[in-house]
Amino acid sequence: MSHEYVPEIATDRDGKQHEVQGWQDDFYGGKLGFWLFMFTEVLMFGAMFMALSYYNTLHPQEFLDASASLNRLLGGINTVILLISALTMGLGLLKMRTGDVKGAKLMIWVTMLLAVAFLVIKGFEWRAEYHHGVFLMHDKLLADSSFPLGEKLFFGLYFTMTGLHGFHIIIGIGLMLWLLKRINAEKVRPDHHILHWNIALYWDIVHLIWVFVFPYYYMIGAGGATGGH
Amino acid sequence: MSKTYFDETHCAYGHPKSKFMQWMLTIDHKRIGIMYAAVMFFYFFIALGTAFMMRLELLAPGAQFLDGDSFNQAFTLHGVIMIFLFIVPGIPAIFGNIVMPLMIGAKDVSFPKLNWFTFWLYVVGTLVAMASLFTDAGFADTGWTFYAPYSITTGTNVIFTLVAAFILGMASILTGLNFLVTIHRLRAPGMDFWKMPLFVWGIYATAWIQLLATPVVGITLILAVMEKYFGIGIFDPAKGGDPVLFEHLFWIYSHPAVYLMILPAFGIMSEIIPTFSRREIFGYRAIAISSASIAGIGYLVWGHHLYTSGMADTAKVVFSFLTFFVAIPTGIKFYDWIATMYKGKIILSTPMLWALGTIITFTIGGLTGVTIAMIGVDIHLQDTYYTVAHFHYAMLGGVAFLLFAGMHYWFPLVTGKMYNEAHAKIAFYLNFVGFNLLWFPMFIAGYYGMPRRYFDYLPEFQIYHQVSFAGAVLFISGVIYMFVVFYKGWTKGEASGTNPWNATTLEWHLPTSPAPLENHTKVPYVDFNPYEYHHGQPVVKFDYKTMQRID
Repeated sequence: MSHEYVPEIATDRDGKQHEVQGWQDDFYGGKLGFWLFMFTEVLMFGAMFMALSYYNTLHPQEFLDASASLNRLLGGINTVILLISALTMGLGLLKMRTGDVKGAKLMIWVTMLLAVAFLVIKGFEWRAEYHHGVFLMHDKLLADSSFPLGEKLFFGLYFTMTGLHGFHIIIGIGLMLWLLKRINAEKVRPDHHILHWNIALYWDIVHLIWVFVFPYYYMIGAGGATGGH
Repeated sequence: MSKTYFDETHCAYGHPKSKFMQWMLTIDHKRIGIMYAAVMFFYFFIALGTAFMMRLELLAPGAQFLDGDSFNQAFTLHGVIMIFLFIVPGIPAIFGNIVMPLMIGAKDVSFPKLNWFTFWLYVVGTLVAMASLFTDAGFADTGWTFYAPYSITTGTNVIFTLVAAFILGMASILTGLNFLVTIHRLRAPGMDFWKMPLFVWGIYATAWIQLLATPVVGITLILAVMEKYFGIGIFDPAKGGDPVLFEHLFWIYSHPAVYLMILPAFGIMSEIIPTFSRREIFGYRAIAISSASIAGIGYLVWGHHLYTSGMADTAKVVFSFLTFFVAIPTGIKFYDWIATMYKGKIILSTPMLWALGTIITFTIGGLTGVTIAMIGVDIHLQDTYYTVAHFHYAMLGGVAFLLFAGMHYWFPLVTGKMYNEAHAKIAFYLNFVGFNLLWFPMFIAGYYGMPRRYFDYLPEFQIYHQVSFAGAVLFISGVIYMFVVFYKGWTKGEASGTNPWNATTLEWHLPTSPAPLENHTKVPYVDFNPYEYHHGQPVVKFDYKTMQRID
């Protein structure tokens, strides 16, 4: 945009001047909008957690059995990876704000690599489950299999929620690539970094959702099939 | 005039020369609002036609020209269009876009490009919804509520409708988000929340519902898709799921959605009543807060749709109590409007006629809602014509009537022309009489046990269906008449001037009519209440060149 945006001035009856907030260059408005959008993500996953906990109360033992069969090592590594990626994302934003564009770009690349690593590990997990006969539209999860109903419900929601979460990770990688492009085009600069800010916020919600997904799916059965009793 | 955008076309991308592309790519909130209206009324007439077809089928007992399955598809089509394509996005997308930024003295909404994107997302959603009409399996036959497990097992193309409802929900969320940020950030200097016009309050409360309730139904529909096409167990009892969970999740959104429809409509009422009573509105703060509290309490009443679905008795009692509770802020609004008219100089222009008509129809719709909030009565009347009549009185006689009222009220603002008032009034009376003739017999038929969604009935119900049919003919003629009046007004009407109604709010203080690009000449400083009248004349006057007060 070649034209520099100049805020308008409104004059009241005493002749006092008031600066008008336009939709252009509204850093606070951009942040507010994205926070509100994150609210919707929380509600969306919240509804699924509600369904999950409802079925958990109906089939407590089968949920523990199903949870016990998940791979806690891979899930745990993924949790650590996502937590570190949240850190690198935050560091990137700090660097952007202090003017270190090169460092910020490096941090975004690191975050992206970690995100890819997360997806790869997730892929191995799903593959192992597939070989155990547990996958969407496959073997034990088919309607006529004799797999216990509680475990069917558990794994149905497991694939839905981790799948949707993985989809958010993929979207996140796309967003980061776009962000890098905008930084290279100098559309995102230390004095104009709302996009960077919001994508960091998005990444925060993505890792935060996982922080809830991980214990509810992997950890409730961590004490073995008895749930530690 | 100072321009803040970088060129005169106001497009999301590029600087197209052709008028057509300028409209397609426009980020101007007024043009986007008009395009929403065009698309919505296109679908509105399709759904109206479907409804008329059903009435024709029901003219006599037994099958006439629709079999049971086609009838199921017909009422689903009618419901899906009217709810998801027309009345949920309705007033916010049309008048929230056109009028709300003008009322708060803003140049546009906070995210104009997102607004443009949202409109096209909405159009894509509507096309996906309609696409299944042209497939072999045919349109969904589940009713607009998609109750599981039938929606999971039916052979019709329910996936199109589910995905469409998800996309439309997404568009609704983004609209709400855009309006929330706009109202928080772009109010003219000096305009605090208590100086906002009440329509803006209505839009504000609505936007919160759009934002906070829609994601829940979105994910519910996705879960239904996952169950139907990926075999997960969630709502189908055969796979261990609980169909009542679907109903809960569905109504957690869809009941607040009812308030999402009515709150901006009440906002329109709150604009029209003081303007045509030439009197400051009675109980401004009470009306504003009641909008917010309807939105709040509206979240906690969804269970009253499930009295007969299997729910703990304690839960039923709580939901019943909370449902009564929501009637209180609604009642406050009605008393405030009537008190505003008391000792006012009432002018019976067409918008005011529609508003007064709505006071009657919505009161019937609202109070019959209170009767079926009672658990015992509801067991008797659940899924009968009584319920159908109740929500048509509330939705058509409340929301759509006020949408029409708003269209008459803001017609000069949007077009710069005036329609023929005499003809517009005839159209109103046709609509009003036809509407009552159409729906009131259904209360009686429903009370005697006529179930909803049936294509056949016992002979003793025929008289009610015949009266309804006569009403339907009158009503549809009225609607067509009204649009003819609008069309004539737009093409041949006289210039209206900028403030034909002597209204006070900021959208009537524009330099030209229709409103110019980027709205007010300059942003005014707001140090006055929205509806200030003195001896029947607006108090606040502006010099439209400088937007300084000159009263």
